[in-house]
Amino acid sequence: MSLKLKALLKSPWVFHLSTGSCNNCDIEILDCLTPRFDIERFGMLLIGSIKHADVLLITGSCNRMSVERLKALYEQVPKPCLVIAIGTCAGSRGIFKDSYNCPVPLDKIVPVDVYIPGCPPKPEAMIAGVVKLIEKVGGAK
Amino acid sequence: MTFVYLLVFGFAATAVLGLITSWIDRKVTARVQYRVGPPFLQPIIDIVKLLGKETVIPAGASKRTFLIAPVIGISGVIAVATLLWVNQFFSEGFMGDWIVAIYLLAIPSLSIILGGFASRNPLASLGASREMKLVIAYELPFILAALVPVINAHSIRLSVIIDSQAGGVFAGNISGILALTVAILCVQAKLALVPFDIPEAETEITGGALIEYSGPGLAIFKLMKNMLFFVLPFFLIILFFGGLRLNGINILWTVLEYVGIVAIITVIRNTNPRVRIDQAVRFFWGPITLIAVVAVVLALKGL
Repeated sequence: MSLKLKALLKSPWVFHLSTGSCNNCDIEILDCLTPRFDIERFGMLLIGSIKHADVLLITGSCNRMSVERLKALYEQVPKPCLVIAIGTCAGSRGIFKDSYNCPVPLDKIVPVDVYIPGCPPKPEAMIAGVVKLIEKVGGAK
Repeated sequence: MTFVYLLVFGFAATAVLGLITSWIDRKVTARVQYRVGPPFLQPIIDIVKLLGKETVIPAGASKRTFLIAPVIGISGVIAVATLLWVNQFFSEGFMGDWIVAIYLLAIPSLSIILGGFASRNPLASLGASREMKLVIAYELPFILAALVPVINAHSIRLSVIIDSQAGGVFAGNISGILALTVAILCVQAKLALVPFDIPEAETEITGGALIEYSGPGLAIFKLMKNMLFFVLPFFLIILFFGGLRLNGINILWTVLEYVGIVAIITVIRNTNPRVRIDQAVRFFWGPITLIAVVAVVLALKGL
């Protein structure tokens, strides 16, 4: 594994992007930062600017308005970057599968590395998903 | 020889100590919030990771200025660190190096302003203009506070300031205590930490002047800030505690002074909310400048 990738996996700065979710997943993401779970142990930081991001945490069902923003933001992330789909909506559109407003699932728009199901997923599930992502990316190269 | 001073002391030693300091800061912050905090190597891993990332230059930005701003900033820090190390351990320095140190310490802020305005982002411009106002606010009390040791030592050379504290440190006088208080608050603003993180304000303007920086540019800015986190307490130790003394039991005192200053800065950062820019300017030009002037007058009276 190259040094570049190793360092990336040791300090993934996450950027939180909601594409029209009900805010449940977003609240659960914020829970990961609290003292109980403390993801800074793994070097993760929640950052505000897309230009500093390594990992995109995408929630929501990708409605028509937010798809354009999602594409624009994905182009701005400095590569290499990873994408995590959080929640059932981001994974499979959930109950909005037949909605007029959510025509395309997330993984048809941007490449997704790991899916974390749940409505909303627990913080433990998110941490487990990130660990699997790190194993997958670290093991492959 | 100059080259060795610049690379080994100005860059390498300062960077290592600065990264350790930034780890202490993050760890103490985490402990204050009942968290575990990052592992010891986290700051250096962050820098290595950022060096390996892509550089995104925003469309319409002034490319040359955008890329050269972090280099200007880090050269300023390396220069001032070299000046301090050389005065501390190797030579007598030259007449007026105190003035040079004060000037060089303003360069990092200047580079952030340059980078912010060059990146053609409204939030970055906002951050840069706030940084500019903050520089105008804290420079006056900082220079007044740094003037107190000069008055006490009757010399404007850093090495003489260090030597004249062999009998008793300036932080022992009334004027020294007042000036040290002022200087620590100004250092807080120079490092752009809470409550004076107005130019960066993660929750408000999402990184401020650094918002458009990615990859190596951001890595250099981060490294510059970490090095500054070592250089500024080091400067205060030279001015008020007689420099780093590495003989016998004095090593313990030096480490205690350094960790004490860093701990005070970190605790202030963790127990205060962010102030607005007008409140910060009023704070620095009002009570803080007043305290600094009182310290200077007391120092002139010989107290």
